[in-house]
Amino acid sequence: MTDTRPVIAFDNVSKSYGGAAPVLDRVSLDVREREFLAIVGPSGSGKTTLLRLVNRLIDPTEGSVRVEGQDVQSLGAVSLRRRIGYVFQGVGLFPHMTVAENIAITPTLLGWDGARISARVDTLLDLVRLDRTKHRDRFPAQLSGGEGQRVGVARAIAAEPKIVLMDEPFGALDPLTRDALGEDYRRLHDELGLTTVMITHDMLEALLLADRIAVIRDGRIVAEGTPRALMNGEQDEYVRELMATPRRQAERLKTLSAP
Amino acid sequence: MNSQLTEALARLPAYLGGHVAVSVTALLLGLAISLPLALLSMRRPALRNVLLGAASVVQTIPSLALLALFYPLLLGLAALCERAFGASFSALGFLPSVLALTLYSMLPVLRNTITGLNGIDPAIAEAALGVGMTRRQSLIMVELPLALPVIMAGIRTAAIWVIGAATLSTPIGQTSLGNYIFTGLQTQNWVSVLFGCVAAAVFALAVDQLLALMETGLTRRKRGWVAAGGAGLALLTAAAVIPGLSQTRATYTIGAKPFTEQYVLASLIEQRLRAAGHSAAIREGLGSGVIFNALRAGEIDAYVDYSGTIWTNQMHRTDAGPRAEVLAEMAKWLMQEYKIAMLGGLGFENAYALAMPRGRAQALGIRTLADLARHAASLSIAGDYEFFGRPEWNAVRKAYGIGFREQRQMQPEFMYAAASHGDVDVIAGYTSDGRIAQFELVVLDDPRHAIPPYDAVLLVSPKRMNDEALLAALRPLVDAIDVTAMRAANLRASGGGGASPGEAARWLWTEIERRKGR
Repeated sequence: MTDTRPVIAFDNVSKSYGGAAPVLDRVSLDVREREFLAIVGPSGSGKTTLLRLVNRLIDPTEGSVRVEGQDVQSLGAVSLRRRIGYVFQGVGLFPHMTVAENIAITPTLLGWDGARISARVDTLLDLVRLDRTKHRDRFPAQLSGGEGQRVGVARAIAAEPKIVLMDEPFGALDPLTRDALGEDYRRLHDELGLTTVMITHDMLEALLLADRIAVIRDGRIVAEGTPRALMNGEQDEYVRELMATPRRQAERLKTLSAP
Repeated sequence: MNSQLTEALARLPAYLGGHVAVSVTALLLGLAISLPLALLSMRRPALRNVLLGAASVVQTIPSLALLALFYPLLLGLAALCERAFGASFSALGFLPSVLALTLYSMLPVLRNTITGLNGIDPAIAEAALGVGMTRRQSLIMVELPLALPVIMAGIRTAAIWVIGAATLSTPIGQTSLGNYIFTGLQTQNWVSVLFGCVAAAVFALAVDQLLALMETGLTRRKRGWVAAGGAGLALLTAAAVIPGLSQTRATYTIGAKPFTEQYVLASLIEQRLRAAGHSAAIREGLGSGVIFNALRAGEIDAYVDYSGTIWTNQMHRTDAGPRAEVLAEMAKWLMQEYKIAMLGGLGFENAYALAMPRGRAQALGIRTLADLARHAASLSIAGDYEFFGRPEWNAVRKAYGIGFREQRQMQPEFMYAAASHGDVDVIAGYTSDGRIAQFELVVLDDPRHAIPPYDAVLLVSPKRMNDEALLAALRPLVDAIDVTAMRAANLRASGGGGASPGEAARWLWTEIERRKGR
């Protein structure tokens, strides 16, 4: 994880709707290659807006967003989205398509041939630890929450993107499933050499999975650093509050496991 | 009963063919217009509101009125076309029916398509964009498939509405299953009415079930089911329409207004033409205004009208004269204005006449309309759907100063019985109707000649005025039918008689021959 050029660069980005207070206020942030960045913040802090600027589901009012060195405004939104994986909050699978069809959607849009798509779907089912024969032809309604989001992850990385954006991907899952899925994804991130930006409001999840954490509040980045740096530093009132719970949990666990 | 059923079955290919042709065309046209409009309005709330508002307004117009409105509209357009391009189209039957039914089919399709597309979870729509779909791909791959059940429900509703409303296209000249219902109602042939209703319902249900099969096939993605449903619909349409197409078009078309006497006379003319070796068909159930214009335009070749009707409705005369003068003046006017040939009178009158039960009239001392005027304020009157809007009624009111306590509109077939049972006191009946005698009613005299004479006359279209074959076949009917013969034939063909109009016409012809032979 040595220093490399940024894969995603936010440069003084603002987003506002009409005359209301801006959702994002002059945000600058770099995401480096192969980095796993978590963006943590409360609801309404602007974290989802920040994520959507990357694949142009939203365009900025001011400033620029660059992906692999190119200003996204100069790229076609559709082709940009096809080369960036996106895992949606609350799954977002297409209910009328089978698991295989959901996973195959972006390769299909890119015009891959049938055999290549079919092989890729099998590979992906293995990667996200789903059963090739059992799950392939099921519809989303027939899956558990965890299975659904595994398909969501497989769909996001189906067209072999370098970048994956995740919008509170594991928020709706029970703690066990959530842990297992988080770890599985982290493994995929490393094996496939992905660059991941994950949004979460759960600081513990961010601390456990991410290489680096950016804390956002009221449209501004209030803290940024590695989990270790955030754990030990005392920057901001809000960040201190955020860190309090994981810290207390860690200390409690330490006393419990002491002989 | 059995012979009525046999006769109804014999007409099924023609009626069902017409019904299917008009309703399927209207439905396809309605879909072709509504679906793109609904898609166009997806991201345009203003357009959406206008569309739904307009479609709702159309829906509030009674379907019969909507169908009736398209006829004069198209007639005007056809006239404009004739003037502009020297060629025209038929404003009768198929075209106005299709257009009105198309409009009628639009609301359920528009509303359900719009509702279905708007009802899609925004998260799903966003996911479609997020995985890299264009707007169009999102519509085709995600939004339309998800909205499909709601859209199909709209299409099925539209299909049932259109198939039901198509029965009402009979009065504007489109052959449909409505012919059973309208004719049956006029001749009190309930087997025919029921047959028409059941046939329309069975057809509607079949279409609905086939559409349901396609819907299930689409949602469960069973291509075979979709194909089976589609093939079923195509087959049903083909089976209904093709026999009608392969039938050679009849050389002559005879028009008939929607009442028993007209069915009998049209059948008589048809039988005469067939006896002379020509092919002939009847277009029945046409309203007074519709049938005259259809003759003018050559869409029908001949029909029987009544001098008083032409005199008041077409010539807009409010005076009335002796029978012979009215006939002569009318023949001249028809030829000059429209090149319509009046072949001659049939020999009887079918006038509007106020009638009441004989006993009641005697008790009150009523013999004429003048006598009636003195008692009218405490009496009720019933007339057909036309009468109270006709100039004759105004003339009667003016000439005698008559004002009734209550006036009601009624199906003509029920009037006579209603008067005899005392449900109404006076009816505006028809002098050639056999039921005047059957129900012991008495026709009141009109000493001031407020009601013009109503001689039955044979009219021939401008196109056929020199067609010797047609004229030769019709001539034996001129001055051949007296009012007693006509009343007897009418009585046979209506309710009590149990004969079909065709059978009554055959009886009338033997009667004509017998009297000639004497």
